Amino acid sequence: MVAMNLSRRALLKGSALVVGFALSGQGPAHAASATAPSKPVSPEEVDAFLALSRDGFATIYSGKVDLGTGVRTALIQMAAEELDLPLDHVTLVQGDTALTPDQGPTYGSLSIQNGGMQIRLACATARRQILTLAAERLGRKREDLETEAGIVRPKGGGEGVAYGELLKDGRFSLKVDKEAAPKDPGSYTLVGRSVQRLDIPEKIAGRFAYMQDFRLPGMLHGRVVRPPAIGAQLQSVDETSVRDVPGLIRIVREGNFLGIVARTEWAAIKAARQVQARWSEAEELPDQARLWEHVRGTRIVKDDVTMNVGDAVGSLPGEGRILKATYDFAIQTHGSIGPSCAVAMLSEGKLSVWTASQMTHALRKQLAAMMGLPLDDVRCIYIEGSGCYGRNGHEDAAGDAALLARAVGHPVRVQWSRADEHGWDPKGPPTLIDLSARLDGEGNVAAWASEFFIPDGAAGNVPLVAASLAGLPHETNNAPGNIIHNSGVPYAFPNVRTVCHRLAETPLRPSWIRTPGRMQNTFANESFLDELAAAAGVDPLEFRLRSLSDERGITVLRRAAALANWDSRPSPRQQEGEILRGRGLSYVKYELYRTYVAAVAEVEVERRTGAIRVTRFCVAQDCGQIINPDGVRNQIEGNIIQTVSRTLKEEVTFDRSRVTSLDWESYPILTFPEVPEIAIDLIDRPRDKPWGAGEPSAAIVSSAISNAVFDASGARLRSAPFTPDKVKAGLQRT
Amino acid sequence: MGKPISLSVNGRAVTVSPDDPDTPLLYVLRNELELRGPRFGCGLGQCGACTVHVDGQAVRSCTTPLSALQPGQKVVTLEGLATSGTPHPLQAAFVEEQAAQCGYCINGMIMQSAALLAQNPKPSRAEILQALAGNLCRCGTHLRIVRAVERASASL
Repeated sequence: MVAMNLSRRALLKGSALVVGFALSGQGPAHAASATAPSKPVSPEEVDAFLALSRDGFATIYSGKVDLGTGVRTALIQMAAEELDLPLDHVTLVQGDTALTPDQGPTYGSLSIQNGGMQIRLACATARRQILTLAAERLGRKREDLETEAGIVRPKGGGEGVAYGELLKDGRFSLKVDKEAAPKDPGSYTLVGRSVQRLDIPEKIAGRFAYMQDFRLPGMLHGRVVRPPAIGAQLQSVDETSVRDVPGLIRIVREGNFLGIVARTEWAAIKAARQVQARWSEAEELPDQARLWEHVRGTRIVKDDVTMNVGDAVGSLPGEGRILKATYDFAIQTHGSIGPSCAVAMLSEGKLSVWTASQMTHALRKQLAAMMGLPLDDVRCIYIEGSGCYGRNGHEDAAGDAALLARAVGHPVRVQWSRADEHGWDPKGPPTLIDLSARLDGEGNVAAWASEFFIPDGAAGNVPLVAASLAGLPHETNNAPGNIIHNSGVPYAFPNVRTVCHRLAETPLRPSWIRTPGRMQNTFANESFLDELAAAAGVDPLEFRLRSLSDERGITVLRRAAALANWDSRPSPRQQEGEILRGRGLSYVKYELYRTYVAAVAEVEVERRTGAIRVTRFCVAQDCGQIINPDGVRNQIEGNIIQTVSRTLKEEVTFDRSRVTSLDWESYPILTFPEVPEIAIDLIDRPRDKPWGAGEPSAAIVSSAISNAVFDASGARLRSAPFTPDKVKAGLQRT
Repeated sequence: MGKPISLSVNGRAVTVSPDDPDTPLLYVLRNELELRGPRFGCGLGQCGACTVHVDGQAVRSCTTPLSALQPGQKVVTLEGLATSGTPHPLQAAFVEEQAAQCGYCINGMIMQSAALLAQNPKPSRAEILQALAGNLCRCGTHLRIVRAVERASASL
């Protein structure tokens, strides 16, 4: 038997055990400097987005990052297509502030729609330049040349030239030209195909290096010790309480920020659990039992009128029937399976941070502010972590790691615990919505008015926990995401007024979770519309089509209905028995200008227990040009399943001091036996713009289920999650 | 350094000397042996991301102290599932079905399913769902995972 180090080496040599940094050359050696290598990063420059090697390989630099959605593969498809390179000749560097252009955070279903389109245009500009240079070299006209697999050739045959031979140092030194014509989609060979994802073989073999796997020489392990109450002040720390933990390096205290640094991860965990600290008491949170009263009573900072057609207020009273309803959607957490993690190194005054952040460029600014460093001395390098579905704790872990690394003078890896993640990642805020409408004598919607009670703020930087606790510079505004979207309705009603009351505060630090606002708002809108259809005694599909003139919207509705073999009749279905079955429809035009989704949910409601089982979802989606059909399907399946989970089960719980749902038992999510079957009809429009697919199909899930439960049972669920107690109460009211 | 402890990991004999013999197996595999298959998810045995095989049984390595392992017990991780370079049928099936999104949970899905197929090579769909009921996926890849297990089962 040999000592550990030798054994480790022996293990690593094993055929099935390959270890190494799969980081596009961004390993530890590269990490020594936080300053930028000499590479343009301005999104106006072609060289910001791509570099060609002499042997014809392209490196694409993307500010948008793959959060586990497969967008790396899709972006490579787009770039390879536009450059006429084989897929395996293109690699992607993501989210490195020293190397990649700032294309904005990876959120809002915009990676293909915006980020990919910027890359496509840069590549189109590059390909045109390659043709120009080749024309000079070959003594031919540009129009007489064509590109294929990294070679420029005369169209009629003859000697060609490889891309790599045309450029000095692989650089274009050229502005991205908005007029550069991308390829005709009719000639596509890579875009529009279900190319297998490039990351999956590594992931299923245990070779993929996630953020959580990143290690540096001399790196120490950090853990954070959060206050037992939000707003509590750290009064004292008993250093002797962890004296017996072998491998402990230091307790780090900075204001109310408390952390542990140790030689091993287990020592850091033990010390973090064991350390005795005295905190002041704090009760800053409202009584959860009266959350909606609290939300309704919160000061309104401003009103955003998101839709104003005709005179909704004036025409609400009148002949026909007036309906009013209130909807609410619980506070939720991102629930990443791998808690947040980051590694920070402060060397010669320069900070390098390895992070799974969806917004490394913005994080860099936050860290520079917190640490009092010039922006040029901070570099953030993206490494894919566990899926985040929005702004979870990744950025906060980076802030924690930076403070601990500064305190101990060594690189520090911070790994959040499950309780850190559930307790301290920012939350999807509570959403409260009042709706009213009038049906005229013919059962048409004569007026629609709605009021959304949601926190003020938009997307932006969510303040870092470490900076807040340590009293270091940080943002003081809320950044819940662009949660006013889809408060307006996609239907041509004669009188509509939708108003978002923006609230001064919300109980827990807010941020965006997949489909922020759009999902909650669509839940209310499409469920209330279903109430109107039922009141009018009209089939829900027919009711929607009456007020829709948008051909693409009509198409997804009809295709979803066809996929589900839609049973055309008004809801609810009258039925007896213990298990009640129903179907519900929902529709969204994402942000009222892009991706169209319609879906039919099929459910079973158990009368005795109030349990809902979602048995099937049938989804039709039109997101314009599809880059990778299987990638889009994977995203739709994910949206449906994750949002079924959020709709049926998920609610963050808290007492007056802190979050109390700190694990998977107290915050359960959907499990395998509960997952519905999903049928998908994709409508590809190769000649249109590609729109987002990462979020839109989540928007329709809660309303489709609410409508299906109503169809099955006559009970209208207006408060998510749809727990069995709420269902039973709903059934009793019918 | 604590007392040396001998282990068999992926068919190799190794010795580790943790400061604390109660260190969970997960941290030894990840940090001492630099394996990437088993993943930290909750540290509570609730999610399954850390699953490994101990003598063929699927075990949550995050709640298995090193001291609980008996000498001679065989630990196999995702990295050790392939035989002489050939991926396990499940690994091939997961690629075929594109059964991952972020993939953080996939270690547990494959290890749990491998233990199932070893015992029951032709499980029904209900048996697969039940076997995976304690493994959490947040991306919503469940349907693909189930199809991958069915595909692997069909190939056995």
